Amino acid sequence: MATVIEEVNESHTVLGRRTETRKRKFSIWRLVAWVILALMSFLFIVPFLWMISTSLKDARLAGDGKWIPERFAWENYTEAFSFNQLWGRWWINTIIITLTNVVGGIISTALVAYAFARLRWPGRDMVFSLVLATMMLPGIVVLIPQYILFSKLPAFGFQGSENWVNTFLPLTIPAFTGSAFYIFLLRQFMRGIPMELSEAAKIDGANEIRIWMQIVLPLTKPALAAIAIFIFQNAWEDFMGPLLYLQSEELYTLQLGLRQFEFAAGGSVNWAWLMAGSLVVMMPVLIVFLLFQRFFIEGVTLTGMGGR
Amino acid sequence: MAQAIKHPTEHKNFWRPATREAITGWLFAAPWIIGFALFTVGPMLFSAYTSFTNYSITNDPVWIGTENYTNLFNDERFYQSLGNTFWIVLVKIPIVTLASIGIALLLNMDLPGGQFYRTVFYLPQVLAGVAAIFLWKWILAPDGLFNNFLGLIGIPESARPGWFYDPMWTKPGIVIMGMWWIGGNILIYLAGLKGVPNSLYEAAEIDGASSWQKVVNITLPMLSPTIFFQVITGIIGAFQIFSTAFIITGKDSNVGGPDGSLLFYVLYLYNRAFGRTGQATLQMGYASAMAWVLFGIILLITVFQLWLAKRWVHYETEGR
Repeated sequence: MATVIEEVNESHTVLGRRTETRKRKFSIWRLVAWVILALMSFLFIVPFLWMISTSLKDARLAGDGKWIPERFAWENYTEAFSFNQLWGRWWINTIIITLTNVVGGIISTALVAYAFARLRWPGRDMVFSLVLATMMLPGIVVLIPQYILFSKLPAFGFQGSENWVNTFLPLTIPAFTGSAFYIFLLRQFMRGIPMELSEAAKIDGANEIRIWMQIVLPLTKPALAAIAIFIFQNAWEDFMGPLLYLQSEELYTLQLGLRQFEFAAGGSVNWAWLMAGSLVVMMPVLIVFLLFQRFFIEGVTLTGMGGR
Repeated sequence: MAQAIKHPTEHKNFWRPATREAITGWLFAAPWIIGFALFTVGPMLFSAYTSFTNYSITNDPVWIGTENYTNLFNDERFYQSLGNTFWIVLVKIPIVTLASIGIALLLNMDLPGGQFYRTVFYLPQVLAGVAAIFLWKWILAPDGLFNNFLGLIGIPESARPGWFYDPMWTKPGIVIMGMWWIGGNILIYLAGLKGVPNSLYEAAEIDGASSWQKVVNITLPMLSPTIFFQVITGIIGAFQIFSTAFIITGKDSNVGGPDGSLLFYVLYLYNRAFGRTGQATLQMGYASAMAWVLFGIILLITVFQLWLAKRWVHYETEGR
């Protein structure tokens, strides 16, 4: 199993190379292809536009099927967040959990990938094949026992809890052990850095920690950036984790908070508010995407992580 | 994988640097190894044990042998959830694969505005989470945008699907939703296409091959390792569909939507373990047994695919 993943991903790095663009002549087929592409991309953007449109409609008219609201109800954006006084809390919770995941994930991934890419130690290849094997492990198998484990681990009153359930611990601490996909990606990347650089530093008396921090890490910045962005997105948008582990409302994340819209209105959902709230909650990831598009797209290509 | 790296330090000090490097190596890898033992292997072993017990966290596990498994195989809802899940896997994966390869082929033609289109196709991937699922619940509402469009092209109101309210249309609704998140797949296939050497196409052109022949005989074989990897990870993901169904079915998540048509495997497992109302909950033994059965199914399918791969996946052998 391990060799398959290896080969596929290795081919990806090769593929990253720019291929020569040949001069293309106009042809009717290229025009047809272009039209199909334009139509398809229009279909992809429509749901997003519909979301913006709905978010600006009068709540009563949310379902009128029109694209341009009769009146731009900007107040939806403030009202959506005023129906529950905990929104501010949920933003802070989400930011804390997300940033801890990014920091923990980056440090652990960088350390572990270095061990696999640049150091020789007995058992390395065996441990690495375990890393590859966990990539294929369905998360559901560990879901229940992890919950049981966290319900037994003592939290010593942290966030008012005896055990890890109903605290941020189950959503943050595991990030500090690294995740197989990112370790694999970074290891491939680090292997591309010439060994001579490390050796020269070693002759100058640098220890591994210094080589790791001052030579290898600066050269892996693009990969680290891609990984940080993926961790950020996954943590921000995580639903199942908070659903399982966060029970008191003050500890909710934004994703759980959004669900409150459904329960707040007592049966009928206020779609205008829900769309306004949803857009604002999506905004941080959207902004990060627009700013760091290049890393996103390179990262997808490198990790082979598409449909998640 | 086991590529030896030559170290100049090796001949200076015979074993000390090597030992030191061994220790450093284990230390650097320690976070993952500890996490693997603590959060993966440990829990897995425990779950294998609990699957043979009656256990609700608050009580001590009581050994009941294979009872959970035999109950599972007599559980109607188990079969229903398995059927629903297979439906999604069998319908969604082929459609997603064909659509992403198709779009990737178009993007690979170097058409004007290609960069922009690439961004547009990837954008939904960024807009995931609860917010996006609500958006689709809104679009696929009986009087939502999608049905409005069906009205525009002349489909009478009575013939428009009830989507998440009609057991016949819930799962197609999920697949349509899923089509919005194929941007990542498209990018990966596009990278695969860019890696096909031009010389292959040029050689085929000299032999007078048509565009279609080039796609079938060059592009697809060269892309097959990528397709294989994407299909495998896609199937593993599709088997574990949860959040979408959970949010779409809202308060009905305990019954899995209309007529249980959205009762997917993991949703049912979740209900057994954590469901707050309705049927008996905190059945950790039963839920663990369910998890292992799903693991077995996924493993079997993956092994079968690996076997099948020998027949259709093309690996370049030179230079490796």
